[in-house]
Amino acid sequence: MSFYRDVTRKPWNTVGLPEGIEPRPAFNMPNEKVALIIFATCASVLFSLLVVSYFIRMTVGDWVPLATPTMLWVNTGVLVLSSLCFHLAVLQSRKTGTVRFGSGAGLLSLAGGLLAVLFIAGQYSVSGQLLAAGHGLRVNAANAFFYLLTGIHVLHLLGGLWVWGRAQLRLALGANVDRARLSLELCAWYWHFLLVIWAILFYLLAST
Amino acid sequence: MAYVPLADQDDAHALHDPQSFVTKYIWSQDHKVIAIQYGGTAIFVGLIALGLSILMRLQLGFPDTVSWIDPAFYYQAVTMHGMIMVIYLLTALFLGGFGNYLIPLMCGTRDMVFPFLNMLSFWFYLVSVIILLASFFVPGGPTGAGWTLYAPQSISHGTPGSEGGILLMLISLAVFIIAFTMGGLNYVTTILQARTRGLTLMRLPLSIWGIFTATVLGLFAFPALLVSAIMMGFDLVLGTSFFMPAMMELGAQNDHEGGSPILFQHLFWFFGHPEVYIVALPAFGLVSDVISTHARKNIFGYRMMVWAIIAIGGLSFMVWAHHMYVSGMNPYFGFFFATTTLVIAIPTALKVYNWVLTLWQGNIRLNTPMLFAIGFIFTFVHGGLTGLFLGNVVIDVPLADTYFVVAHFHMVMGVSPVLVLFAALYHWYPKMTGRMFNETLGKTHFWCTFLGTYAIYLPMHYLGFLGVPRRYYEMGNTDFIPETAQALNANITLAAIFVATAQILFFINIFWSLKNGEKSGGNPWGATTLEWQTPDTPPKHGNWGEELPSVYRWAYDYSVPGMDKDFVPQNEPGEEYEKSAHHHKGA
Repeated sequence: MSFYRDVTRKPWNTVGLPEGIEPRPAFNMPNEKVALIIFATCASVLFSLLVVSYFIRMTVGDWVPLATPTMLWVNTGVLVLSSLCFHLAVLQSRKTGTVRFGSGAGLLSLAGGLLAVLFIAGQYSVSGQLLAAGHGLRVNAANAFFYLLTGIHVLHLLGGLWVWGRAQLRLALGANVDRARLSLELCAWYWHFLLVIWAILFYLLAST
Repeated sequence: MAYVPLADQDDAHALHDPQSFVTKYIWSQDHKVIAIQYGGTAIFVGLIALGLSILMRLQLGFPDTVSWIDPAFYYQAVTMHGMIMVIYLLTALFLGGFGNYLIPLMCGTRDMVFPFLNMLSFWFYLVSVIILLASFFVPGGPTGAGWTLYAPQSISHGTPGSEGGILLMLISLAVFIIAFTMGGLNYVTTILQARTRGLTLMRLPLSIWGIFTATVLGLFAFPALLVSAIMMGFDLVLGTSFFMPAMMELGAQNDHEGGSPILFQHLFWFFGHPEVYIVALPAFGLVSDVISTHARKNIFGYRMMVWAIIAIGGLSFMVWAHHMYVSGMNPYFGFFFATTTLVIAIPTALKVYNWVLTLWQGNIRLNTPMLFAIGFIFTFVHGGLTGLFLGNVVIDVPLADTYFVVAHFHMVMGVSPVLVLFAALYHWYPKMTGRMFNETLGKTHFWCTFLGTYAIYLPMHYLGFLGVPRRYYEMGNTDFIPETAQALNANITLAAIFVATAQILFFINIFWSLKNGEKSGGNPWGATTLEWQTPDTPPKHGNWGEELPSVYRWAYDYSVPGMDKDFVPQNEPGEEYEKSAHHHKGA
């Protein structure tokens, strides 16, 4: 879509069906994908504002940086694997043109989701360790930001897992293959997005 | 997967065809029913907010005559009035109500692209309203921190509602934002992807452009409110110090340290200013269509109108700190934000000129919707001009905490959008119900509202110049204000009671006309846009009968020379040609 071309048209000058008899969506992709891109943009705004708040709050004198727990590296690796599984699942389903519960693509997507659950468990245990070590929320704003940022990221992932769960159910019941494939692709996109967000957050937490 | 545009998926809508009363009117996925659910709920809470404003005015006009209005209640009324009006009434009614009703009809689709999500959006909105209203019944009552909920005030002990009201407010806002996001994704995706054949972006009515841009603004601005609500919730419940500084509270040191109240202000206004345009842009769009239809003229400068909407939307993210001139910011910051603020006046003024030029030499029908639309031009110009005053730092600093500001923002984003809402409600009422409303009642309602609001807000500008401070429960030691200010205050209160009472006319009219109004037919105004061309009025589930409409022309073919009618509907085929090229050949 050329937005510039569209908004410089003089609509009062033409009568008829300028683009033929087919309806012309702005983007040549399924509506779900368009909505996902818009949602991801929206979520990016949310995370950027959190990052900006982090930097502003950091400048106040009482800030004591939190030492990055080593376990976060492990969790990051798990999330990378999770994203990779989804990616391979999509490639596989494109190659074979179909996706079933027991097929390669189906198993990869199952693994992707389970790895994401593992990531969430890992994040939970990191929080537990930090709390046990006395790095409570009230102690310092840096700690509070750690729980806030990781928490909101996990919440987004949980939303993704809900869609993933429905897609798995659909696969298991052998329902509409096209819908299942679309769900799979949406999951892959969303997982990559959340991986990028996590990479930024992790860098932020580790470097400051 | 082969991609099939929604407009071609004719069988898809059968999946959610309503089966019973419950699926048809309660758990409905039909955009028109959801629109009316949204609209009804929004108007209901709006009436509560109207009632609160009358109580505030009673205290200001006739201090201490109503014994149970104490300072705490006054602040709670101020807060709830502001929050309800801005978010739960205006945002919800423009986007949830008119957005839902008009987008599929004006775009020639059967429904939104995600009807289930759309239904969910309404129910989340309803839950957010219930949570908000529940705060009236918790110990300590609703929050009284002002609609801006500034930290540290809002969560300090001693502020009305700091016991539970503020928490409910934050939760309610978060739920509202989730509801808005679900609705917003639907509106944007539907407009981008599901337009019927022939309906290019530049053939869209301005209503859709306004709603579209406002929704995009909402999707990008509400996260700022969500972030601030979550962080404030953390400070409140978990005792963190995002916004809360160390300070004395009720004579004792609090448990917080280092929090930044200014950070809250930045986050809040990064949402708060676009919010003004989330309300204003749909109003701009709707009023353009009402004016063009009832002036029987094409909208003047359609492309400019579209560009202005987009430009205002973009600029609205660069002006937020003009709400914070008195927060002690760097003067260079103030200079920057004053400049961007004044730049917004250019596209905005362009729109006003174009409305006036649309009226010029039009065949104007002064019916109720048109009266409200023209009334809007007046109030919007007045509110906009005082905005130019307040956008300048040097003028804003002395006026910031006076009634001048109250008068300004009520004119520009209170009265003006509400006049458009009435214009739109009257304009689309025949389509929604199949009946005409009573013109005499409608016109009486207009004149009472229009003149009444001037009686309220014009004197407030003067009070502001006198230095009457806003947000005060009573004047106290303010010797520099003359005695006569109180007489003016009493008059404002009487005018406010008059205007509030006059709204009964509107409700009598719409309810009476449901049964007794004249049958309107499908297109009583002779309008061009698609929603007036539906096979049934009110439109049935699926909107278009067997076949979707095709769009052959732009939305404003009024009084086209050489035509036998003074309007040509968008879906009326014509000889295919380029008008200007045709003209050349003829010449």
